[in-house]
Amino acid sequence: MPDRFVEPEAEAQRLANVHSSGWRNPAPVGCYDLVVIGGGPAGLVAASDAAGLGARVALVERKALGGTCLNVGCIPSKSLIRTARLYGDWHFASRYGGRSPGDVTVDFAALMARMRRIRNRISRGDSAERLRDAGIDVFYGSAAFAGPDSIDVPDARLNFRRALVATGARPDTAPIPGLADAGFMTNETVFDLDTLPKRLLVIGGGPLGCELAQAFGRFGAQTTIAQDAPLFLPKEERDAAQLLSESLSRDGIEVRLNTTVVNVRVEEGEKRVDLVSDDYRSTLAVDAILAGTGRVPSVAGLNLEAAGVAYDAVGGVVTDDFLRTTNRRVYAAGDVCLEHRYTHTADASARIAVRNALAGGRARLSALTIPWCTYTDPEIAHVGLYVREARARAIPVRTFTIPMHDVDRAITDGEDRGFVKIHIREGSDRILGATIVARHAGEMINEITLAMVAGIGLRTLAKVIHAYPTQADAIREAAVAYERTLPAARARKLR
Amino acid sequence: MTTVRAPDDDALLDALLHDAVGYFIDCARADNGLVPDNSRPGAPISIAVVGFALSVYPVAVAHGWLRRTEAVTRTLAILRFLAASDQSGSPDATGYRGFYYHFLDPDSGRRVWRSELSMVDTALLIAGALTARQYFDGATADEASLRELADALYRRIDWRWAQNGGSTIMQGWKPECGFLHYGWEGYNEALVLYVLALGSPAHPIHAGGYGAWTATYQWENLYGHDFLYAGPLFIHQFSHAWIDFRGIRDAFMREKRCDYFENSRRATEVQREYALRNPLERAGYGGNVWGLTACDGPGDFANARGITGRRFFGYAARGVPFGPDDGTLAGWGAVASLPFAPEIALAAVRDMRDRYREMVPGGRYSSAFNPGIDCDGHPWTSAGAFGLDQGIVAMMIENHRSELIWRLMRSCPYVRAGLRRAGFRGGWLQRDTRARSPGIRR
Repeated sequence: MPDRFVEPEAEAQRLANVHSSGWRNPAPVGCYDLVVIGGGPAGLVAASDAAGLGARVALVERKALGGTCLNVGCIPSKSLIRTARLYGDWHFASRYGGRSPGDVTVDFAALMARMRRIRNRISRGDSAERLRDAGIDVFYGSAAFAGPDSIDVPDARLNFRRALVATGARPDTAPIPGLADAGFMTNETVFDLDTLPKRLLVIGGGPLGCELAQAFGRFGAQTTIAQDAPLFLPKEERDAAQLLSESLSRDGIEVRLNTTVVNVRVEEGEKRVDLVSDDYRSTLAVDAILAGTGRVPSVAGLNLEAAGVAYDAVGGVVTDDFLRTTNRRVYAAGDVCLEHRYTHTADASARIAVRNALAGGRARLSALTIPWCTYTDPEIAHVGLYVREARARAIPVRTFTIPMHDVDRAITDGEDRGFVKIHIREGSDRILGATIVARHAGEMINEITLAMVAGIGLRTLAKVIHAYPTQADAIREAAVAYERTLPAARARKLR
Repeated sequence: MTTVRAPDDDALLDALLHDAVGYFIDCARADNGLVPDNSRPGAPISIAVVGFALSVYPVAVAHGWLRRTEAVTRTLAILRFLAASDQSGSPDATGYRGFYYHFLDPDSGRRVWRSELSMVDTALLIAGALTARQYFDGATADEASLRELADALYRRIDWRWAQNGGSTIMQGWKPECGFLHYGWEGYNEALVLYVLALGSPAHPIHAGGYGAWTATYQWENLYGHDFLYAGPLFIHQFSHAWIDFRGIRDAFMREKRCDYFENSRRATEVQREYALRNPLERAGYGGNVWGLTACDGPGDFANARGITGRRFFGYAARGVPFGPDDGTLAGWGAVASLPFAPEIALAAVRDMRDRYREMVPGGRYSSAFNPGIDCDGHPWTSAGAFGLDQGIVAMMIENHRSELIWRLMRSCPYVRAGLRRAGFRGGWLQRDTRARSPGIRR
């Protein structure tokens, strides 16, 4: 298998691109226009944008450029998910009129090698050399505020006119007795696996927990997912969460909702996990545990107090709508300060922060229209308001629902479990939000996002010719359903 | 109702009604009056089924199938048992704070199966008690006692406690772990629960509770129908067994220029439309073969027979359009939609009955059938009969034809108060019926 031979080289190249080995920190200039703490998506975008504006920029990274997304988040997980989708399709080949080759064996080493190769390829764009070539001073090491306008890095002090905190977030592990002693993986370590665990418990039914549970289940691990809430993805549309539960069950994953992990111990070489669901107790034996799929902002060690920057352990750095902290010179962006912890929001918030910090901008975080997607199969994507949020604001809502089983392309693709739900303000065609459950929901949601940002209503969407047959035609169908409810359409029908 | 029915429709409905009512007459225990969840050997008591029994006895009296004194005796037995039951909330009690455990031992009337203290099932039980209270308005000592007991049972329910310090009513509670957290959001069968909880003169829920619950509603346009969305059909039926929602509207329905009755008609249309589209290509589905709702299922049977290829469920709430849908239908679901959409419901009742005689063994609906599972040459059919199904069949046929239960509950001051506190206005609720007899055939 050539992948395996490539793997060590690929991993070494990635480390060379994003880690500090062999890197020599530059001598600081007198006073930077912008010092960015954190080399993840927000920090990289901010540094590049600021350099593009002609600013003198320093970027400080503690560990690895690219942050969670590149190294232990989106990139490795989506690489694995793609392979898992392949195995899923093989498993259900008969559904497509196909026949799976008799004995489909999972080559875990090969799929992990592919993931590492992809991670290396994408890391090239985030390398320290590239940043240096763009005129950015890159410092590796821990950063700590020394005062309201200076930051200490190893062997140097950086003075700044403006600073941006973009340190991201780290895994949050619930304090479960025995878990630390028994050993567990988080998103920061799961991608280092070299053998597939036979039995895996995933604690937590948020996006990453669901994605990885499904992927490992499709790789052949006997997977259980325990979620202490009644549904997965508690913030999402109820139908979406239920469809996800069914999908996980179809993949052979044991779904334990309303279930809390109360204790972990190691006995006879296996991890034994005590679970409680209401008044029912059970014990599950597994070989590996994936926990810490929640995230908390990384604020430790920054000495934010010295700069007068307010923060808390849960919400992270406190900012106003312009992303300015309680120190007028210091801004924040990305997971360290945002409710929506996604790479694309980190990117968008970084651009706002740089514009406001260096160019006198007045861009607002609240003006962003933020889509997101959970990359399970089917995917679950959302943008804008949920119905409950709109109703809480006394906005009358009406939803146009198109089940994917009414969409020709979804039927031909054998991917007809899901829906498009578009929420509009009652009495108008203004789109308030949408949820899509479909195999490619993450691609489809962008059309709705565009419509919302551009102020395009459902009436106009109904006039947009969509290539036929496509699954995104479901969006046009929803718009047409809206149009049919208009008085003029009714009148025509009557004639 | 103004629907014109063929003579054979009347005969059919008469027969279905008679057999459904017969479940309660046949299965009730002689000592405590309690009624089992289903007709299978060893079945526990279901408090919701007891609520249906209390509601159906007036129907039986009205049709001459039960003497009034016999109905009073049966009703009194139930109410006296409940009044004297262990309300300590201990693991083997009967209830707590006026609520009752979902399933009880037939002999002792104490909790079985580690079941939960069920708020909505208590509501169905107490709705039955209030139905009896309204119907048995005679001057005899027994009927007076019956009314007092029903009143006391209703008044002692601590609805506010069931809010657990929050806004909405919790679904259940267990002595072993406290309140259950099942995420009971969105429109569901709890409408009658909220009305009763708001109408209590003793322990009403906080005024904001109803608004907090309806805040989770979703008004959706699906298959060309605008409606308050909920997948399983029973959600659109159960509260309507007691409360006549025609022409009365809460704030949500005023906003949508609809009412819950009309909404259930649309939900019925959506069920039919789903069956016509039949996206999962289930056997038998069609314009007159539908009914995805809470019912028994072939899960155990399929496992025992080693039937693979798709997942089958046991007793579960099936729904449209996003399932679960394992090809299992409840024939009685169409009957329970009679008042809302009589034309399409009657057609479905007739057609399903003609095509799948197995689902009405001896004239009484089984809980469910699955045309896609062959069971010795016949579609799989749930064994025996379930009390919930018989109760809703009896009450909805009766409401469809005589409005008996609706008229009784329209005259109930607690229901009227609960509806008003929930913000309902208009229709019959505006008219004063305080002094009026419900005008029922006795």
